[in-house]
Amino acid sequence: MKQQLFETKYQNEWQLFESTLTTLERNARSQPHQKPREFTENYGKICYHLALAKEREYSPLLVDRLNELALRGHQQLYRTYNAGFGHRVLQFLLATFPQAVRNNSKLVLLGLLLFYGPGLIFGTAIYFDPSLAFSFFTPDQIASFSEMYNPSSNESMAEKRGSQEDLIMFGFYIRNNIGIGFQTFASGLLFGLGSLFFLIYNGLAIGGVAGYLTQLGYNTPFYSFVIGHGAFELTAIAIAGAAGMKLGFALIAPGRLTRKQALVTAGKDAIILVYGVILFLLIAAFLEAFWSSSSTIPVSIKYSVGGFFWLLVTAYLLLGGRRGS
Amino acid sequence: MLDTYKSLETPESIDLELHLAGPVPRILAFAIDLGIRLAIQFAAAIGLFYFGNVGIAIWMIFMFLMEWFYPVFFEVFNNGQTPGKKAMHLRVILDSGTPVTWSASIIRNLLRFVDFLPFGYVFGLISMCITEDFKRLGDLTAGTVVVHNPQAVKASTTLLQNSHQKNPLPPPLALSVQEQKALLSFTERQHQFTPERQQELANHLASALQVSDQQAVDKIHRISSWLVGAR
Repeated sequence: MKQQLFETKYQNEWQLFESTLTTLERNARSQPHQKPREFTENYGKICYHLALAKEREYSPLLVDRLNELALRGHQQLYRTYNAGFGHRVLQFLLATFPQAVRNNSKLVLLGLLLFYGPGLIFGTAIYFDPSLAFSFFTPDQIASFSEMYNPSSNESMAEKRGSQEDLIMFGFYIRNNIGIGFQTFASGLLFGLGSLFFLIYNGLAIGGVAGYLTQLGYNTPFYSFVIGHGAFELTAIAIAGAAGMKLGFALIAPGRLTRKQALVTAGKDAIILVYGVILFLLIAAFLEAFWSSSSTIPVSIKYSVGGFFWLLVTAYLLLGGRRGS
Repeated sequence: MLDTYKSLETPESIDLELHLAGPVPRILAFAIDLGIRLAIQFAAAIGLFYFGNVGIAIWMIFMFLMEWFYPVFFEVFNNGQTPGKKAMHLRVILDSGTPVTWSASIIRNLLRFVDFLPFGYVFGLISMCITEDFKRLGDLTAGTVVVHNPQAVKASTTLLQNSHQKNPLPPPLALSVQEQKALLSFTERQHQFTPERQQELANHLASALQVSDQQAVDKIHRISSWLVGAR
């Protein structure tokens, strides 16, 4: 068949298919059952015509046009349609996230170890020799966080802080803390080194502050402040590090896959952990802004609720999404 | 052949051609996006600071979203195109040729942080230059690829169609795809050559066309316009 004849014979079908595509692309989020039933059949025809046109060496422009139609058809036919958003969020909360944490338990434990380990050692060291703090913090920083948790100045500061300022801090914690979480994750791509750095660095910073303030005797203001949101925030950073190291390990030891395939596979797993990190850090930012900083809540309640949050997080990650027996 | 096409075999066992986008259009698209983003952030800052502390709080959250999720939002809801990519006729798709998903888009955009290192997207650029599909690190991990929009190819062909609709002439013998492409690009690039050079080139086909010099040039243009679809 000559190209001219081929074109005149099928021109109408192609135009029809193209208009169907345009409609489908416009309602990008529409459900699959709204597709005309003959779509797959027509798509098959386009593929056939493309193969014919290539084989018969028709002009490149015709081949290009059919290629474009086939490509767009392919995108519509093989795109993934998501189940309802609400359903997926629920599924994620109740099962997918805690399961993902347990599936990567070794990495998460490594993350916790790298985060708390150096922090604990550094904090203890500073407790016994406060001058060590100056090897990590600048004198200004030390003066600033000592002042922030000073029991005698604390109350006056807390009284001044109104609910609107809590809101500002909420915004600040979201931007700052989730940003740190993302950096801890993303830098893991550098063979895990970035996550390693962020985990240890943040561990040292938190451990250092804790050790220094304990040694000053500022226990109550400091620990009652951090215990509540710490359950979510510290755990989230460790998980972000684990997700980052997952990418790093995929590059270091890809196993039977190529490094590229291993990276893509690891990425799919890691992003689930990152979603959880976002969730935890959102909760932490909320608690840190409105609960931890509140001066009206008695310390004993802060400790017991904080302890409850730690139990809750641990139980959620260990037990969430297990098949009930 | 050394070119920027990637062919993708579908389950229907046909090969689809994807026209991969290299660093230069992507950098331009990024620059456009950066400009738009900064303008929005600036406008939001001015607007929100009127609302006092509540405004500052909203602004912080808004900044966070813009810093990390501006591209995600557009890629997912706008068929893989941020405004900058749209201006450059680019699009993000999955390696499988299907539209980009939430997860893939979030991965590739969170990993911008690493692509940016040590400064100014140096890692991303190196990665684009040494991987086969011009992938930056985020694309590698997310399994995505940036391609030229198929519609963009049409622009030059329509130009061709409009300029030579007179007297289309079927080729005297069946031409292979390579030969057809050669004739088409001759017509497409005619304004880049002097008339003498055009005739010199056309004279290679003098025996096949049975005419020479300017007549050969015209005849090739007529054949090209037939190849483009003019009848």
